[in-house]
Amino acid sequence: MSTISRDEVARVAGLARIDLRPDEVDRLAGELDVIVESIARVSQVATADVPATSHPIPLTNVFRDDVPQQALSQQDVLAAAPEQEDGRFLVPQILGEE
Amino acid sequence: MTAVPTTDLVAYDDAVRRYDPVLGIEVHVELGTRTKMFCAAEVEFGAEPNTQTTPVSLGLPGALPVVNGTAVEYAIRIGLALNCQIAESCRFARKNYFYPDVPKNFQTSQYDEPIAYDGWIDVELEDGETFRVEIERAHMEEDAGKNTHVGGTAGRIHGAEYSLVDYNRAGIPLVEIVTRPIEGAGERAPEVARAYVQTLRDIFRALDVSEARMERGNVRADVNVSLRTGPEAPLGTRTETKNVNSFRSVERTVRHEISRQAAVLDAGDTVVQETRHWHEDTGVTTPGRVKSDAEDYRYFPEPDLVPVAPSRDWVEEIRAGLPEMPAARRRRLQGDWGYADAEMRDVVNAGALDLIEATVAGGTTPAGARKWWMGELARRAKQADVPLESMAVTPAQIAELEQLIAGGKINDKLARQVLDGVLAGEGDPAAVVQSRGLEVVSDDGALLTAIDEALAAQPDVVAKVRGGNQGPVGAIIGAVMKATKGQADAKRVRELVLERIGQ
Repeated sequence: MSTISRDEVARVAGLARIDLRPDEVDRLAGELDVIVESIARVSQVATADVPATSHPIPLTNVFRDDVPQQALSQQDVLAAAPEQEDGRFLVPQILGEE
Repeated sequence: MTAVPTTDLVAYDDAVRRYDPVLGIEVHVELGTRTKMFCAAEVEFGAEPNTQTTPVSLGLPGALPVVNGTAVEYAIRIGLALNCQIAESCRFARKNYFYPDVPKNFQTSQYDEPIAYDGWIDVELEDGETFRVEIERAHMEEDAGKNTHVGGTAGRIHGAEYSLVDYNRAGIPLVEIVTRPIEGAGERAPEVARAYVQTLRDIFRALDVSEARMERGNVRADVNVSLRTGPEAPLGTRTETKNVNSFRSVERTVRHEISRQAAVLDAGDTVVQETRHWHEDTGVTTPGRVKSDAEDYRYFPEPDLVPVAPSRDWVEEIRAGLPEMPAARRRRLQGDWGYADAEMRDVVNAGALDLIEATVAGGTTPAGARKWWMGELARRAKQADVPLESMAVTPAQIAELEQLIAGGKINDKLARQVLDGVLAGEGDPAAVVQSRGLEVVSDDGALLTAIDEALAAQPDVVAKVRGGNQGPVGAIIGAVMKATKGQADAKRVRELVLERIGQ
């Protein structure tokens, strides 16, 4: 039985700003279903004494000293800006809240 | 749902008599590190736009973040000062949303594993009462860039035609401090909210983790308010007023929301859970966008950053190095200076504590330091409508001024003229005395000339004084002071006048 609905795929795609065609929504609903089921099977095996893995490398506390390095120039930063004004990126009117 | 006009308010006293307010406050503080949270771009206020970025803070493809160790230390300092537990291990997470000021399309934050949690802080209210605020968590994250809305009215988004984005601020380290629901404050809720944010600001400064300047946005508060019918009733629906940027606004926001929500509830409507904006000019909040899917940030662990696991030794080392907290310092200084409770409160509320401490350190008596900062300087600051601390005079200069008075070089009246000079940028007090020629006339010869002239001009007064009535002698002294342009020591003049008249 499918646990991932077409609606859920469409909603998550919307949140991620991914424009999907109806046939892609169908296909992805099926594929995501397989992935979710596989993870559910792993979850059954995992017990409370097995910590969830978010990082495969056993490293912690990788820190940098608080020392400034050369920043990009304003010119370089704005080189790829479609539009600019007064050293800043110009973007379309933003609807909604500030 | 009926929209209730913002002008529909229940009188505050009436609202808090019938409803019990519950608050929740989120405070963001920008850390005063030299570089950003995840890259080595230098941070300095007021730089040219887009000159403090790296590929990391711009979210360019392939750029990899590295955590600023000093920012982690500052976050731990804040956590410890707020009596929090420090996590044995915690992770960063991606908070995904699309907005032009977030160049990566996600904010690197912490989600289910904040670096600090389960704390509390005692907040002192203006009358000396203490209110305990419980802290749920304090987590590390990064600031967003700065949008400037162009077109439309005065930088407001409504009617804007386009926006300009500066990414200098994107990636500056932030710590966000979240309270548990603040209950039981009752009618004093607005005051508690204000005092809480002020207490945090003082702590940030004492810890030296941020300049904590409200007017620069170093400290920003999101204020959640809800009402319920009584302390036993379930929590009501809350609103969140974003980016309230002054202590006074925090207090006014809470007060306004209590009056507004009471009106909504009285009308039989339900409070809409929404983000609102505070308007300093009109003193009201207005709704922002009603969130539909915006709350779904699809957090997940940041794969590009390894966990932060502060060793217990490091945490204890940081704890041992914490400075004296502001409340303890206030108590110590009040004891040292012998100020009455009310005097001390006035000093604190005027922002004069550091100034007086430094002035006393410069050799002035506590009473003398208070006299200047809470008297003449407070008056002038108020006149100029600027904070006391931004007056163009240093505690060392006030200490010098007091020394000049104590040494008899100048009198109180001249001291005010010397202060004029110091504030006008003419140099230190001694230099102003010299350049303006303000020294007290202590040369008896010069004084006697002026006295003789005054005596000659007012023979009737002289006669009265000779007759045993010393009252009118003030007229002579006044004339001498006038003749010497106030630069004479009045006490010495009196002695000399009486001597001269033969009394």
